[in-house]
Amino acid sequence: MKRIFLLTMLAALLLAACAPPAAPVPGEPADNDIDNDALVVMTHDSFAVSENVVAAFEAENDVDVVFISSGDTGAALNKAILSKDAPLADLFFGVDNTFLSRALDAGIFEPYDSPMLGVIPDEFKLDPENRALPVDYGDVCINYDKAYFIENDLPVPQTLEDLTQPGYAELLVVENPATSSPGLAFLLATVAHFGPDGYLDFWAMMEDDGVSVTDGWETAYYTNFSASSGRGPQAMVVSYATSPAAEVIFADTPLDDAPTGSILGPDTCFRQIEFVGILKGTQHRALAEKFVDFMLSTQFQEDMPLQMFVYPVNPEAQLPEAFLKYAQVPTQPASLAPEDIAAHRDEWIQAWTETVLK
Amino acid sequence: MSGERHKMLEVDGIYKTYEGAPLLRGVSFDVAAGETVCLLGPSGSGKSTLLRIIAGLEGSGSGQVRWDGADLASVPAHRRNFGLVFQDYALFPHLDVAENVAFGLKMQGLGRAEIDRRVAEALAQVNLKGFERRRVTDLSGGEQQRVALARALAPRPRLLMFDEPLGALDRTLRERLLDELRSILHASGVPAIYVTHDQEEAFALADRVMLLHEGRIVQSGAPAEVYARPVSAWVARFLGLGNIIEGKVAGAGRVETKVGVLKVACAHEHARGESVALLIRPGRRNVGDGENSLEGRVTDVVFRQNDFRVTLDNDLYFYLPDAPKVGERIVLQIPLTAVQCLSAKE
Amino acid sequence: MRRFFSWLPALLFLGLFFFYPLAKILAVGVGSSLFIAPESLQIGFRALRFTLYQAALSMLLTLLVGLPAAYLFARYGFRGKSLLRALTAVPFMLPTVVVAAGFNALLGPRGWVNLALMNFFELQSPPVTILHTLGAILLAHVFYNTTIVIRVVGNALVHLDPRLEHAARLLGATPARAFREVTLPLLRPSILAASLLVFLFDFTSFGVVLLLGGPTFATLEVEIYIQALHMLNMPVAALLSLIQLLCTLAFSVLYSRSVTRTVVQVAQRPAETVVRQAKRWRERLFVGSMVALLFALFILPMAALPLRSVSRLEAARGERAIVQTGLTGDYYRELFVNRRGSRFYVPPIRAAYNSLEYAAITVVLSLLLGFPVASALARPKRLDRLLDPLLMLPLGASAVTLGLGFIVAFNRPPLALLGSPWLVPLAHTMVALPFAIRSLQPALAAIPERYRQAAAMLGASPLRTWFAVDWPIVSRATLAAATFAFTVSLGEFGATSLLARPEYPTIPTAIYRFLSQPGGLNYGQAMAMATLLMFLTTAGIFLIEKLRLPGAGEF
Repeated sequence: MKRIFLLTMLAALLLAACAPPAAPVPGEPADNDIDNDALVVMTHDSFAVSENVVAAFEAENDVDVVFISSGDTGAALNKAILSKDAPLADLFFGVDNTFLSRALDAGIFEPYDSPMLGVIPDEFKLDPENRALPVDYGDVCINYDKAYFIENDLPVPQTLEDLTQPGYAELLVVENPATSSPGLAFLLATVAHFGPDGYLDFWAMMEDDGVSVTDGWETAYYTNFSASSGRGPQAMVVSYATSPAAEVIFADTPLDDAPTGSILGPDTCFRQIEFVGILKGTQHRALAEKFVDFMLSTQFQEDMPLQMFVYPVNPEAQLPEAFLKYAQVPTQPASLAPEDIAAHRDEWIQAWTETVLK
Repeated sequence: MSGERHKMLEVDGIYKTYEGAPLLRGVSFDVAAGETVCLLGPSGSGKSTLLRIIAGLEGSGSGQVRWDGADLASVPAHRRNFGLVFQDYALFPHLDVAENVAFGLKMQGLGRAEIDRRVAEALAQVNLKGFERRRVTDLSGGEQQRVALARALAPRPRLLMFDEPLGALDRTLRERLLDELRSILHASGVPAIYVTHDQEEAFALADRVMLLHEGRIVQSGAPAEVYARPVSAWVARFLGLGNIIEGKVAGAGRVETKVGVLKVACAHEHARGESVALLIRPGRRNVGDGENSLEGRVTDVVFRQNDFRVTLDNDLYFYLPDAPKVGERIVLQIPLTAVQCLSAKE
Repeated sequence: MRRFFSWLPALLFLGLFFFYPLAKILAVGVGSSLFIAPESLQIGFRALRFTLYQAALSMLLTLLVGLPAAYLFARYGFRGKSLLRALTAVPFMLPTVVVAAGFNALLGPRGWVNLALMNFFELQSPPVTILHTLGAILLAHVFYNTTIVIRVVGNALVHLDPRLEHAARLLGATPARAFREVTLPLLRPSILAASLLVFLFDFTSFGVVLLLGGPTFATLEVEIYIQALHMLNMPVAALLSLIQLLCTLAFSVLYSRSVTRTVVQVAQRPAETVVRQAKRWRERLFVGSMVALLFALFILPMAALPLRSVSRLEAARGERAIVQTGLTGDYYRELFVNRRGSRFYVPPIRAAYNSLEYAAITVVLSLLLGFPVASALARPKRLDRLLDPLLMLPLGASAVTLGLGFIVAFNRPPLALLGSPWLVPLAHTMVALPFAIRSLQPALAAIPERYRQAAAMLGASPLRTWFAVDWPIVSRATLAAATFAFTVSLGEFGATSLLARPEYPTIPTAIYRFLSQPGGLNYGQAMAMATLLMFLTTAGIFLIEKLRLPGAGEF
């Protein structure tokens, strides 16, 4: 009897194995394997978009859009570079200004002079050949726990120099620039501010003051930061200027003020700009161009803030109310030329590692 | 056994080495329809291996196994329809008694009703009615043995084989099972090969006994015949037939030994000075009768049910109706028929 | 020849989905001059030294906890045993981020332990600082991998004939001595098997080192991740991957040598005959303290998650507005709402369904591929010993390297598999296969050959013999193998995140999605999802272990 039961179980498992591994989401066509006629967009795993926005594009152009996400920014880009001889997708979205030169040097993009570029401010256009077109930007800033500073009667630091003052020791957690995109951005901010010769002195002082380092944003924010749900020991964390808005939007209970704030001093923030590009070798060049235009259109640009917590590069796009109310934009973000970043990034990270971690 | 005897199983010139050393060196024999053959040999003589070669569980170096004239070399074990009762039964621990017995019947693809009927029949045959749902791990040794027998019988094999099946059981149980086994074998008429190192089992069961020694069958015949005429000193010693002493031929019918010159009636001609072995059966002797006289001091006396086993200082032993005292000197007269002349070579 | 055929499916599978992509990706880096530059070698050497050090320490600690725990589960009956046993397997498939959250809630600077100690002794600062130390890495490794020892060694222990130990006792051995000189040697193959699996897992540890150890600790795997995905430095990544692979190969060879030398066939016993109640005070002490230890080690950190998933934070976050504390079901309700109308929103049931489906396929694939190989390995010949270490290699391969290898290898016809949902269970099977084989092999090796011969004599063909004898007798080991495959698949994140389509998230990828944005609601939903995963796996393992109780499953 028992044996029959076990055999039945095995048979059932076999049947389960033969069934298609993932049934289609209701209301969506079954596309387990990517259809040859679909437009494929390769991106990182933080990418998000509203269903109705994509559906509008699909209906208008009579095409299916398939997204393949492949790990974080670095992983996704590396995937695109490794597969450039036989591209997996028609477009790649998500390379930022800290990695841009790597993508351009690898020659994975075809130039496209989108008509939409006209409305986009020049400060975002980092590639004169328009192989990579800007889509969104966001500022990596230090977030602080408002309650902590009030309770301890401590003024919120305004500059990078302030961080080395007494009273702020052991209060900051940063991410490892070798493993984290905001971590790298913040390192670049210090390089921009103190110069390539001075930033290590700043970090040596921070190290003496007991700066905490984690490998990823998730740990820094949810384990170490005192104002997050993890209630960690540090009152300041390297995060994004939009994080306070997200804290309100995704609060447990409705809040009328954000529990956190961003430090928006001179050079305390670093601006990350994300780009999209048409991959060399695409079979759907015309559709891909349409999709780039679509990403720069107000419809898509207005959807991005609440999906990915970034700012649209298209100044005609309206910002959501929560952004206007709780998210702040630094007036003087740090910036570095992409060529400088490309030439020295690895060396800066290496020197930082020797100074802070060893 | 006349020329009409129909050979079912023929084993022809089996050679087998084990870890480089020869284990079987050209074994040939046959089993006729309805015949029970006992393969008798000490441990390590290769008798179990021979059985497994016949069963098809092991390959042989060379030689043939035939059934009814057809070579079995290309027939795998599970298609031979031979039954084998293992030394420790090898009952399937995850199946109950009835499921164990039904195993072979299921393999034959019989219907459920037929299987139930034959299982009941087989269990009745071995006196295990009512044990159907018992777990085999809960059974006593004797019960397990019966289940193993029922399991082997149920598929009605063409040949039954037993690999020392009673080895682990106590004496009384063994004797009872031996009787049952004999009647079951006779009733079923299935030819059988029974492997054992125990001569009592072999003689009780067999139509024919074969002695395996150093990879060869050294003697084969009906139990009484083997008993009466062992072919070598080794056979006599292995079967425990009596005292074996060495000697030299001193003249016609006379052999010189350490206990004196004995009169012997040898079957073969022996040259003077040739070494021979003598078998002196301990029989039931009386002090003072027979052609040969033997003298010795008593070193040990053991009581048996009907007589006494008396050991002398020359290491010979005899069965006497009355017990002498230890240390006493006695003279025994041994009849000519109790002294046999054997080949000295083992 | 027949042996070769039992290897064929597994070898084909590994060849196509492991060696081929691996060779492709290594080829990208090997050509460069950086590949054997002194500074690359120095990075490799430094990472290797720490990797070996922490893996050896972790393995020893895991055995220290796992062996008595295995003995406890195999020999003693107590209340709540099957639940506790199932719970010890849960950490194995929890994503590292969730485990880190659990440890943080328990041992973090403001965790329960520290708060309690600070209250009790009126301390100003938290006395326990374990996060971001080597201790945290070791603790997490023990937390993750003890279940391997419990399952692999425990399974062998359950079937060991207790009469052997009794015989030793009657020959004058003290219980400790009997254990040391009879039981332990007989358990050696399974202890070695468990040790190797644990060691390999610690050796290639990634998430634990990254999240709990912090940036000052870098194992080979972490270094590969940094070099490949952040420095985009394929030559160094290739070098490190190669070092890691060669080490794995060396361990596997060592292992198969020592195991084949010590395989002993022991008669199998039905499980229940060896389970007893603790009677003497020494036994009670042992059972009591082991249960307490396992409770502290496994239940407490995990309990933090479900607790957190239904509780709102107290007002500690300061002045802002009205923060209601107390119980809430909001996080669970929110899981079912696509608040942002996202294209990639998936209801939790769907994520659970995806996870379960991938897990089911992984179970079937690893059993189908694993059984023939395990049968061949149970009575190993030269060929088997030669091929054996190859099977362990996937455990030692970096998920990052392999993931990138898939991109290079499968991006054009006829192998244009990228984007196919099949890739995920295929990748999971690669990790689960060594487990399946290692669980099946000792059980198959322990089946006395005469059972099979008896079946053959009764007319069963080799295939039928397998179904009628091998399969039911090893069904328990099969369930263990299935449990491993199931849990490996449910918790796997690394490969999944590189290969899965965003429309078909598994529970772990869904958890990461929530944790990648700030906000109490996101955190709460991640905890709710993690609780769901915990519940699902506990229930799954519990069910699997219950199923075998009556009848056939005894063996």
